[in-house]
Amino acid sequence: MIRLTAITRTFHMGDQAVYALNNINLQIASGEYISIMGPSGSGKSTLLNILGLLDKPDRGRYELDEKLVTDLSEIEQAQIRRERIGFVFQSFHLVPRLTAAENIELPLTLSGMPSEQRQIRVEQALQAFELKERAQHRPAELSGGQRQRVAIARATIMQPSVILADEPTGNLDHQIGAEVMTLLEDLHHRGTTLIVVTHDRELGARAHRQIGMRDGKILTDQANATG
Amino acid sequence: MRLVDTVQISFKTVLSYRIRSFLIVLAMALGVAAVVALTALGDGARNYVINQFSSIGTNLLVVLPGRAETSGAFLGAVLGQTPRDLTLKDAQLIGRLPQVRRYAPLNVGEAELSAANRLRTVTVLGSNAHLIPIRHMVLAQGSFLAHGTESNAQIVLGAKIAREFFPRTQAIGQRVRLGDSRFLVSGVLMSQGETMGYDTDEIVIVPINHAQVMFNTTSLFRILIEAKNHSEIESAKQAILATVKQSHDEEEDITVITQDAILSTFDRILQALTLAVAGIAAISLIVAGILVMNVMLVAVSQRTTEIGLLKAIGASSADVRRLFFAEAVLLSLAGAILGFSLGQFGSLMLRLTFPQLPAWPPAWASMAGITVALITGILASMLPASKAAKLDAVNALGKK
Repeated sequence: MIRLTAITRTFHMGDQAVYALNNINLQIASGEYISIMGPSGSGKSTLLNILGLLDKPDRGRYELDEKLVTDLSEIEQAQIRRERIGFVFQSFHLVPRLTAAENIELPLTLSGMPSEQRQIRVEQALQAFELKERAQHRPAELSGGQRQRVAIARATIMQPSVILADEPTGNLDHQIGAEVMTLLEDLHHRGTTLIVVTHDRELGARAHRQIGMRDGKILTDQANATG
Repeated sequence: MRLVDTVQISFKTVLSYRIRSFLIVLAMALGVAAVVALTALGDGARNYVINQFSSIGTNLLVVLPGRAETSGAFLGAVLGQTPRDLTLKDAQLIGRLPQVRRYAPLNVGEAELSAANRLRTVTVLGSNAHLIPIRHMVLAQGSFLAHGTESNAQIVLGAKIAREFFPRTQAIGQRVRLGDSRFLVSGVLMSQGETMGYDTDEIVIVPINHAQVMFNTTSLFRILIEAKNHSEIESAKQAILATVKQSHDEEEDITVITQDAILSTFDRILQALTLAVAGIAAISLIVAGILVMNVMLVAVSQRTTEIGLLKAIGASSADVRRLFFAEAVLLSLAGAILGFSLGQFGSLMLRLTFPQLPAWPPAWASMAGITVALITGILASMLPASKAAKLDAVNALGKK
């Protein structure tokens, strides 16, 4: 359950203030599947960053699961990112020095979980995302699809309630991209809130609710009839 | 994040940047090794000098004529002259002092020694029977002025001289001519080699009265005195000064040097030298610290996106700071340990190359070297680590 009230985020370019987000109000129920679309510069990535607590709004309230998170301390926000939110990026952002298994393990390590429990969870994730054979390979030795599967495994290993995906198929060809979307949609079917930022209309149309943005404002917000 | 995981992840990072890590560790190690090896050298030199000084006697005091003072109206001391000589009588008076165990008056000169158709110039020491024990010399054979033979014309030959003059025959009992007098060889010194710059293997020792006749003098070159024990050295010095002053018409015209004072002076000088050398070596450690800082700063900008990612998946600023901090500490620690081993190895090489030099690195220097390495490493990593921690996640992830 996400509620944004009057969220504003401005950037300064020279002496000019640019509204990346201008007075955004948005409610997202648990388990929704939402796509956020719009041209570049429309504020969709900023919105995603604010939802993921990577960025702070200048004004407005952000409530996550009935809790006001805008005023939390840096450490508490880190904890929420760790436990409730999973990020999937266009360029995967895997740590190149670590193996696939170690990359998946990273959020568990950050949470302070003992090593034995981590191994069990990582094992399950490798199984679930069909990465068992690739577990000991470094990102450079993996294909794009495999890298994104590792990234999704990492995003879900803490069993977050929200997955935020920023152009998750942007660096993948059509078929692999479709497979990755199926994986993400599987997560949604199991109850996770899925928010996908994209400018690919076809991809956006798969979501049950589509939000269109322009110039820092929500232009359209419509439920998909087929969804 | 648990400490063991932080260290483990940092360790993997250190291992994965092999060349970079190796160079930092090497820079650190060379600094620590320089501290350890150079202090070993300095301390070795100190111990070498102290051993040399200790080997010339125990609880030793030396009386010389004239006063070694640059101030005052006593001109003779500056010119090396004195109106009143140091005499055998002074030596006997000193010998009666309760703090004195034994004394040896000393005259030194050169004379021609001839025997068995051989002739050479030798250094002649004129003294009494106590000279040999006081100076820690050892007789290989025979005796010198044994009880009851004090006035005999006896001579003790240095080991090398005995070998030269009597290569095949027994030296003891042979008659030799020294200057214009005849002497009976009563003893041969054990070979001791060079101490404090002169070779006891190439001297001869004759009774003091014969030496004074030979060199036509009544004054003494030195009086060597052995105090009864270590605690009485200072009071012996005062008593000697008072006694000689009394017999020299209340004029204090002698100088008493104690072995202790010389020792502690040398000790201080060489200790200071060791410290100075250690300080210079420590500068290379600071340089290494700056290198660590530089490399860590580069690492932060290289890994910007990675830091952004860590924050996105839930690392707090403190976690990020600790990761970079641990990395720098690991590098410094490895450098310190490697440097300590290298320094120990260098000292070993020094000891093998110069066996007479006890080049052991002092414990304080090794500790200080390692500690300074760790502290500079830690200090140097603070700025990069906090820079990493402060990185804005959105900007960091946006960078390609």
